[in-house]
Amino acid sequence: MRYRTRVALAAALLGALIGAGCGATPGGESADTAQQEPQRKVDVAKAGKVSLTVWDQNVRGGQSRQIRALNRAFQERYPNVRIERVAKSFSDLNTTLKLAASSNKAPDVVQANQGHPVMGQLVKAKLLRPVDDYAKAYGWQQRYTRVLLDLNRFTDDGKHYGAGNLYGVSQAGEVVGVYYNKEKVPQPPETFSEFEQQLDTAKARGELPIQFGNLDKWPGIHEFQAVQTQFADKQAIRDFVFARNGASFDTAENRQAAATLQEWAAEGFLPPNFNGVGYDPAWQRFTKGQGQFLIAGTWLVGDLEEAMGDKVGFFLMPPREAGAPRVALGGEDLPWAITSKSEHPDVAAAYLDFLTSPDAMRVLVQTGNVPASTAGGAQAPAGSLLAEAIAAWEQINRDDGLVPYLDYATPSFYDQITADIQQMLARRTSPEQFTKGAQGQYGQFLEGRG
Amino acid sequence: VSSARGGLATVGFAHHGAVGPPGEPRRIAYLYLLPAFAVFGAFVLVPLLHSAWLSLFTWDGLTAGRWTGLANYGDVLADPQLRSAFLHSLVLLVFYAALPVLVGLVLAAALSRRPIRGVAAFRAVLFLPQVVAMVVVAVMWRMIYDPDNGPINELLRAAGLGGLATSWLGDFGVALPAVGLVGTWVMYGLAMVLFTAGVQKIPQSLYEAARIDGAGPVHEFFAVTLPGLRNEIAVALTLTTIAALRNFDLVYVTTQGGPGTATTVPALEVYNRAFRTGEVGSAAAIGMCLAAVIFALTFLINRIAERPAR
Repeated sequence: MRYRTRVALAAALLGALIGAGCGATPGGESADTAQQEPQRKVDVAKAGKVSLTVWDQNVRGGQSRQIRALNRAFQERYPNVRIERVAKSFSDLNTTLKLAASSNKAPDVVQANQGHPVMGQLVKAKLLRPVDDYAKAYGWQQRYTRVLLDLNRFTDDGKHYGAGNLYGVSQAGEVVGVYYNKEKVPQPPETFSEFEQQLDTAKARGELPIQFGNLDKWPGIHEFQAVQTQFADKQAIRDFVFARNGASFDTAENRQAAATLQEWAAEGFLPPNFNGVGYDPAWQRFTKGQGQFLIAGTWLVGDLEEAMGDKVGFFLMPPREAGAPRVALGGEDLPWAITSKSEHPDVAAAYLDFLTSPDAMRVLVQTGNVPASTAGGAQAPAGSLLAEAIAAWEQINRDDGLVPYLDYATPSFYDQITADIQQMLARRTSPEQFTKGAQGQYGQFLEGRG
Repeated sequence: VSSARGGLATVGFAHHGAVGPPGEPRRIAYLYLLPAFAVFGAFVLVPLLHSAWLSLFTWDGLTAGRWTGLANYGDVLADPQLRSAFLHSLVLLVFYAALPVLVGLVLAAALSRRPIRGVAAFRAVLFLPQVVAMVVVAVMWRMIYDPDNGPINELLRAAGLGGLATSWLGDFGVALPAVGLVGTWVMYGLAMVLFTAGVQKIPQSLYEAARIDGAGPVHEFFAVTLPGLRNEIAVALTLTTIAALRNFDLVYVTTQGGPGTATTVPALEVYNRAFRTGEVGSAAAIGMCLAAVIFALTFLINRIAERPAR
């Protein structure tokens, strides 16, 4: 072959490749934005043969047991409906959901994680269907407190979290509190300073006060917010996470909280090498009697009760003033949402209603979960850790004391705040540097959002 | 094309050929290249070009992207966190590439100097880290590095060196080398196998000559073994450099880039931006930069290796 022909052939091939690889603006084809008619309750039994594809992340222990029981019950009640379940782990679901929801064979019902990275982006791309009409028809508002509904809200441009349309409903509640070893701690503290005294006494006795491992980065958020909620106003934290009313991270209260934690680390109230210990080894050590307290969420109830029996208790971090309403970090599990591409939104809504009904809440308790809605009135065995956790959940809802996770604040705040907390806890940054640094990234997000 | 030339000549296509002298490439050669090229194009070239294209947009992966030209590349250079991620991977080069090659050379020299009984078994055991999946390796090393009951700290304490026991993955100064050493552990087996194979190819007469000249084991190594392994070293360095720079799984499982940002690497940022924070364009730009750095380094290594010997 002649040199010229060869060059021409190569050029043609390269051109074809570039054409195949590039060309259109990515994401250029606009998503389906057909206007939805407001819907009402339907009789699912008369909906004909329907198959619902459902993507969820209930793969562990009690979570898995409850969803399998409820799916079975739903299909028994409506034999014309088939639930095609796709179960994925939490992080698998979060990383694959966007592709699935934007594909032509999108699932009907998905668990779309709260916050900007998943729910916000799906909303922005018009891939989730607002469910306010169904919420009205089924009375979902009566099942949840205001903050639990806000956690599943987004404005329809996907920019403002915690306001606007409702995009899903959750099944289980979760609150971060303090687990304590009943053999070492006779009485849960009533005030924050009493708690600090107990830490001091433990240390003086040569015991580890708080078990903690932060190698996985995210546990630090729980440690920080457990203290932050005792200093900062709950509304200020909510405003910060939902980015409203000019809220800031760089506040005196947040600096106080950071300083308190640094003091705990300096006093030896935390294990010496916490940044190098994983989350699972840490709570496993707590079950073996290493550490009087463990600051963690109610998701550990099952594991801890199994390992420690009746030797473990749970309380909400006590307030600085005796008798004040409790404030604690918490929220609810991933909301069940309906995709815009679903051909059976009515049936999907009936499924959501079924999963969050008072009957379903009883199934959740029976399978060892803390139900988001306390309407079911189900009782866990008296004196069990689950009963204590449910009581704490009911109290925090009564006190309207739930504040959301800081990492919901911006799309990349998780990376920022986890790294910043690791630095702060290792006392490589001062409380001032800590609050200023995190605020800097947050400010950029607000500017970019306009 | 040169391989096609040889292939055609041996098949003897010239019998039917009306075109050109025997041994000259025929047009039909390109037909033989086509299947391989199609696969290569579909799975390597097209995705590569597509990434390059995406890197010119601000795109969240779902809604319409916005053309921003080279802005993403500007950000890669301007963002101090990304710069430090690239610096970290240069540090990892020492642990992933330089150290394994050194260890591999020592082992190859030791295993090949004189026949050792059960040498195959030794080689298999030493090669084992290469065989284990990286995620398994990472989970295992998380346990080994555990500051409280990990074997390393327990050994140090038992030996009365408790002062050296530290939080391997949690200390800001130690975490990056600690992650790097896992890389050394994984990669040295590959280097060793390449080198032991290479040593067998060096004529025994060279060793005999060296010995007659009175060379000891060390001198013999530098005079005969090392120059003889030039090509193998280049191959080992190329493979380990690539592994070092695109390292993701090890960091993801052991430290998630922590403590703070002490162990972030470019590939981790690519993953975060593409799959978690919805900055696909930026992720593509980092990926392209990473590919360019890998290409430049491996090109350099091979240029140096191919320089004619003195």
